[in-house]
Amino acid sequence: MSGLPILSLMLAIPMVAAILCLFLEARPARQVALAATLLDFALAVLMWTQFDIGGAQWQFVERADLFGRFQWALGVDGVAMMLVVLSAFLMPLCILASWESVKERVGLYMAMFLIMEVIMIGVFVAQDLLLFYIFFEGVLIPMYLIIGIWGGANRRYAAYKFFLYTLLGSVLMLLAMIAMIREAGTTEIPVLLNYDFPPEMQTWLWLAFFASMAVKMPMWPVHTWLPDAHVQAPTAGSMILAGVLLKMGSYGFLRFMMPMFPDASAQFMWLIFGLSMVAVIYTSLVALVQSDMKKLIAYSSVAHMAIVTAGLYAFNQQGIEGALIVMLSHGVVSAALFFCVGVIYDRLHTREIDRYGGLAVNMPAYALFFLLFTMASIGLPGTSGFVGEFLSLAGLYEASSWAALACTTGIILGAAYMLYLYRRVVFGELTKDDVKAMPDLNPREWAIFVPLAAVTLWMGVYPESFLAPMRGDVTTVVARLAPTKPAGDAQLAAARPKAAATGDAHHAGGVQ
Amino acid sequence: MIQAIVFLPLLAALVAGLGQRVIGNVPSKIITTGALFASCALSWPIFLSFVAGTGEASVTPVLHWVQSGALQFNWELRVDTLTAVMLVVVTTVSALVHLYSWGYMAEDPDQPRFFAYLSLFTFAMLMLVTANNLVQMFFGWEGVGLASYLLIGFWYKKPSANAAAIKAFVVNRVGDLGFMLGIFGTFLVFGTVSIPAILDAAPGMAGTTIGFLGMRLDTMTVLCLLLFIGAMGKSAQLGLHTWLPDAMEGPTPVSALIHAATMVTAGVFMVCRLSPMFEAAPVALGVVTFVGAATCLFAATVGTTQWDIKRVIAYSTCSQLGYMFFAAGVGAYGAAMFHLFTHAFFKALLFLGAGSVIHAMHHEQDMRYYGALRKHIPLTYWAMMAGTLAITGVGIAGVAGFAGFYSKDGILEAAFASGGGGVIAFWVGIFAALLTSFYSWRLVFLTFHGKPRWEQSEHIQHAVHDDHGHGHDDHAHHHQAHGDGTAGYHPHESPLSMLIPLVVLSLGAVFAGILFHHQFIYPEEGAAFWKGSLFFDEHLMHAAHEVPLWVKWMPFTVMAIGLFLAWNSYIRDTSLPAKFVAQFKLLHRFLYNKWYFDELYDILFVKPAFAIGRFFWKRGDEGTIDRFGPDGAAALVEGGTRLAVRLQSGYVYGYAFVMLLGLVGLASWAMVNFL
Repeated sequence: MSGLPILSLMLAIPMVAAILCLFLEARPARQVALAATLLDFALAVLMWTQFDIGGAQWQFVERADLFGRFQWALGVDGVAMMLVVLSAFLMPLCILASWESVKERVGLYMAMFLIMEVIMIGVFVAQDLLLFYIFFEGVLIPMYLIIGIWGGANRRYAAYKFFLYTLLGSVLMLLAMIAMIREAGTTEIPVLLNYDFPPEMQTWLWLAFFASMAVKMPMWPVHTWLPDAHVQAPTAGSMILAGVLLKMGSYGFLRFMMPMFPDASAQFMWLIFGLSMVAVIYTSLVALVQSDMKKLIAYSSVAHMAIVTAGLYAFNQQGIEGALIVMLSHGVVSAALFFCVGVIYDRLHTREIDRYGGLAVNMPAYALFFLLFTMASIGLPGTSGFVGEFLSLAGLYEASSWAALACTTGIILGAAYMLYLYRRVVFGELTKDDVKAMPDLNPREWAIFVPLAAVTLWMGVYPESFLAPMRGDVTTVVARLAPTKPAGDAQLAAARPKAAATGDAHHAGGVQ
Repeated sequence: MIQAIVFLPLLAALVAGLGQRVIGNVPSKIITTGALFASCALSWPIFLSFVAGTGEASVTPVLHWVQSGALQFNWELRVDTLTAVMLVVVTTVSALVHLYSWGYMAEDPDQPRFFAYLSLFTFAMLMLVTANNLVQMFFGWEGVGLASYLLIGFWYKKPSANAAAIKAFVVNRVGDLGFMLGIFGTFLVFGTVSIPAILDAAPGMAGTTIGFLGMRLDTMTVLCLLLFIGAMGKSAQLGLHTWLPDAMEGPTPVSALIHAATMVTAGVFMVCRLSPMFEAAPVALGVVTFVGAATCLFAATVGTTQWDIKRVIAYSTCSQLGYMFFAAGVGAYGAAMFHLFTHAFFKALLFLGAGSVIHAMHHEQDMRYYGALRKHIPLTYWAMMAGTLAITGVGIAGVAGFAGFYSKDGILEAAFASGGGGVIAFWVGIFAALLTSFYSWRLVFLTFHGKPRWEQSEHIQHAVHDDHGHGHDDHAHHHQAHGDGTAGYHPHESPLSMLIPLVVLSLGAVFAGILFHHQFIYPEEGAAFWKGSLFFDEHLMHAAHEVPLWVKWMPFTVMAIGLFLAWNSYIRDTSLPAKFVAQFKLLHRFLYNKWYFDELYDILFVKPAFAIGRFFWKRGDEGTIDRFGPDGAAALVEGGTRLAVRLQSGYVYGYAFVMLLGLVGLASWAMVNFL
């Protein structure tokens, strides 16, 4: 990977474009933003094809000393790379999604999105703890402004809530990071990954990180900022919030908490499982009674993210790989679902579910895409949602049959709330005059839906393209966790001496 | 070849579904129907090669799917005897249903979508029956669920159709929860989800235990019961059956294909496919027997009281599936599959026949408004007659009989021969056979015999008005003038596209039993036919053939009693049913309301789910978390009233932003200086 500093370039292009957008009129600003994000996506695809599966853990590494202990240290492993690809993939779609609906201060808006792209990619490629922290917390600023300036009627309350929650965690994490750096004497993430912190220290480091990551995830009960933020955010803001920002929490779990604090992670497994179980059931039931489309999908996101945390803390290959696929899948599908809301919101300017109905009559193409993403959201096999859910729950079952049972009820409740939503919006008699007047998808909307749909099916039918680059990283984490991993409750035991030999042989085969 | 069988329907579905506006109505129908007939034509040679004993089991790889540690599964197409049986059932009924829909759906504006869904369903079903691993089976399982959801809700403007579609999907998902946990457990125990590998290792697992929800239980019992919960959902067994009668909201060809012949038998197929696993779990088999017998009885009792022609057949399906399950439960998997095979033909025939009646009667489905249709739609009458003779199992032991005679008697004899719980299942099955005969003949007599009772039907009244171009003012005079109960309406026989499938399926209903019963259930020939694709117990099948003569004659006897009772109440003295109802009011109400399952579930699950959801939302999120969380924090800092003002003025928003910038600055400063 010599020569082209691809990661720096991916950060630089949107940054330059962002500055440019600040000084441009609406039309050229849109075009510049689209061109920059498309270019970044092209680079991301290039990186994906150039990634050497089975090669070095960290690739595309760049390093330059800055002032003090700051380092410009970039690099990706498979997991980070896939998340960068996801961010770069969603970005041009977000720009397109705001093409017509955003009319005020377009230049600033585009600049904010481009800065957001810089920061998101930065979070995933940073190899220096301090650099990571800056990006990780910095993402608040553009998101905060997007909600605060271009949001709905109650945007200030939502922005305030978003800010307050994330602030709480970040202070604690900063303290923990300082302690880590003093203990280990380095800010380099690859080194820290193999550093053995004393177990007592791990406990409180884990808790401090947890405070930050749990909010970002978001996990129950610190999830209540998410529905408000989504409801108030403009369509593209919701797409990127659900699509990428929610993945930062789980990335934090996988990158920092699990490999750096393995003892504490094992110790707090019950906490993660408990909160995840509650979240799946609780937020699914809440989603069932929502009358606001965006709130419903926001609550469903919390339920899906709970599957991610549960899968990660299964501590085995299936659980973690499944969680990663859920992250990627949810990134695509929830962005698509929020865009589904955006499409009809642009036409009728309401998110009230009951205001719609019968869209299958006048918007058949829309109905088809919405159906696909609904099915992906409820994990229908053949879509990306299934692969992720299935693997993470299969891994979870090995760790705890209770947690697996509780989290698998999500497939029932998820079907209930999503199909109930779909029925109220798309099916039924087309009676209301203003709904009748809604035209079907325009070419721009087609251009957004088609790639999202293609990726959803691709990941469902042939997920190997996505799993292969991440496999080695997951194996590394699993190996790191193996010494502290508690035995699951579902283990096989031979009852009769006669069957013991066979039983153990198969047992060994079934466990990582 | 197998690739063509499986993927032609998918291709056709995509072309017809996505390209309907480009290629138009008729080409969409030609493509889908053509693809299905091609699949069907390719499937029969495979099946016949297995019948002839020359067929070889094979697995055709298609595409890599998932590899995660030891958990690996690929897209593969498995063909063995069991698959071959399902292939012909699925493709034959599907092809005929496609053809039938040309006539039945002729006036629908949305035909390409309908045909695309039908083909999509067929693809998913074929993926299910060709699965070589549990996950691909689950793919097909959910795929048919999706198609079923779409087709039940095909007339999406009808609220009842939408409700039925969601109910079908969600109730099935309850079963899928079991199926999924079963797959997880199987993977944990066996280290693989490949079906042949699991079946090889299953006997060795007998006697081991596994932890499950804090308990330590027999491994195979837990796994089989979890998987069986999935089968119960898909095959509408007692407890998870509530979606099937409601699924009749879908167009009738759908009921014939999905909710009678193919999809609902997937559970039976699954148990047979995994029969070596179930053989290692006697307790689970006992549960399968019990659930099957209970469903068989329950659905038959309800079927005797319903008025909607499709609902009668739906409960009949549910009941016949119960037979298949208790056959599997007593270890007679060959008999279960045989009944699945014959049932596919005669039940699809009954549904399509009912569709033809409904078509002739202008969408009236209530049998109270039928009567005397024999002369008006004779071909439909004879087709329904063939179906009824098949389902009631008419035949002479040792001589010949209709399809159901061989398969149902095979099940009952095997149940009797297996002893123990099987004998109880036998008696339950005998009683259900009596009820089957009664409700089936009741349907025929109410529909085709007696006097016309059409004039009370709103559908017929509408039809008459439309035909005669009368306004609403004089409709009262109009049908009173006739006085013969016909309201002046003339039912017409269905078009050829609908009659051909009826004729073909009638042939199946008549001959499917006599032609193939040797292969399916005879001890030696059965073993040679199945070739280990399911667990075939030769001893049991021997014993089944040597049951006492009274056992062999029992089904025929109760069939005759049922026929007599139906004739007595619906032809000889038509006032009898009303008298009976008056006599046994409570019993009738209990049966007519389907044992009150829907009401019970509504109280137990549906209403609480919404109530709890609302509680969590209002009292949990808003009343507790927000109140003591962000709102409380704000109040603490600012004081309640001032906060509201500031939120309104946008002050806090700017303030918070400055804080954020400060935070990042502070962080940088702290790091630079302290480290």
